[in-house]
Amino acid sequence: MNMSVGSERVQIRVTVNGQVHQREVEARQLLVDLLRETLGLTGTHIGCDTSYCGACTVLLNGEPVKSCTLFAFQAHEADVKTVEGLSHNGDMHPLQKAFVQCHGLQCGYCTPGFLMSSYALLSKNKRPTDDQIRKALAGNTCRCTGYQNIFKAVRSAADTLAAGTQ
Amino acid sequence: MYPAAFRYYRAATLEEAASILSQAGDEARPLAGGQSLIPLMKLRLVRPALLVDLNSIPGLSSIKSEQGVVRIGALARHAQLADSELSQLIPILHDCAAGIADAQVRSRGTIGGSLAEADPSGDWAPVMLALSAEVRTQNSKQQRTIALGDFLKDAYTTALANGELVREVAVKVPAKNSGGAYIAFKRCASVYASASAAVQLTMADRSTCEQAHIYLGCVGLVPLHATAAEAELRGRELTKERISAAAEAAMEAAAPHSDMRGSAEYKKVLVKHVVKKGLEVSLRRSRGEQVEVSHEYVGRI
Repeated sequence: MNMSVGSERVQIRVTVNGQVHQREVEARQLLVDLLRETLGLTGTHIGCDTSYCGACTVLLNGEPVKSCTLFAFQAHEADVKTVEGLSHNGDMHPLQKAFVQCHGLQCGYCTPGFLMSSYALLSKNKRPTDDQIRKALAGNTCRCTGYQNIFKAVRSAADTLAAGTQ
Repeated sequence: MYPAAFRYYRAATLEEAASILSQAGDEARPLAGGQSLIPLMKLRLVRPALLVDLNSIPGLSSIKSEQGVVRIGALARHAQLADSELSQLIPILHDCAAGIADAQVRSRGTIGGSLAEADPSGDWAPVMLALSAEVRTQNSKQQRTIALGDFLKDAYTTALANGELVREVAVKVPAKNSGGAYIAFKRCASVYASASAAVQLTMADRSTCEQAHIYLGCVGLVPLHATAAEAELRGRELTKERISAAAEAAMEAAAPHSDMRGSAEYKKVLVKHVVKKGLEVSLRRSRGEQVEVSHEYVGRI
């Protein structure tokens, strides 16, 4: 075949938490490694690295995705939001506060993924039902909490945010 | 885990992608949603030298209805399908799209990728077979239309030739006196189902079945056509006993293997359950009832 087709390195421009980054990346670089290794945003965690556990969840153009199962080039010209983008002027997001108040974490390793899945849900659905919350979190795994306190945290944050927008 | 190094090419049109793939042969792979391909590449079970990205090709993810036919672009994502009005119009599409894997996978995974992968446990194939779908394909020069039953040859094997890609999937909008449902049972959200059933009934009147289409997922190398179960229903009144008899007949059609998703015996019993529920929901929907169902797993039954 014509060996000139394609390239092992790709130019990308990606907006992460509002900041534009222009980089040349290896085609095989995964989005999670672009975030953690290249951009130094280590809030996004690698858990299973097999698209199962959801610890690496970030938002790509507002949609939750597993950043271990996306190449960095797939974020070209896209808007990425990571857990570092949740707080505002040093003040934690209501979801983060609710996770603290409801004891929605123990070791905390899975928490960034849960926060981003919850954030994706509440961005689209201001008044989710209990069932919708559970379904939105179904792609995230936690080995400490037994999930009940995570559910309570998201329920609490959703109610707080909905009350504020009435 | 890192995939082996590969060259990347962003295709501008499907014809161009097909042309490059046909020249590259086995060395190249097309990239749609990547939710099966990327994990396989990370495990180095698949090592393409060239990845041809279809995601920048305009118009490939549209979902539109023309003259009673719904045309779904190959790059339409599961989440997009779950949210689309046309899926609300054909509830079996919504049942399937809204329950595949988890929210993160549904954001990326595509219907064209799922059908072209032809995984025996894929969700779309049984659903689209129950709707008698056709697949429109594209090579570097021309298109062709293939009935989905002919498109799916074997496990992970389709009728796609080298350098041929899925362009769209087309289904007729079912008649008003029709109702369908897709029921898949899985251990938890992120895994493939242990057994699934896609049902589409067309009724002669409120209780008499005119036509039934039943396909079983995850219990054979390709979705299995439950013809004996259909014969139990066709032209008959759909009583409770009739529905149970059809579910029993479907169980006989299943050819599951024992694996980590359950023993063969267990999966056969699941087939009976998912077919029975699929028939009950389809019947209610054929009468105009709104019934919400999707994939079932622990905590969501």
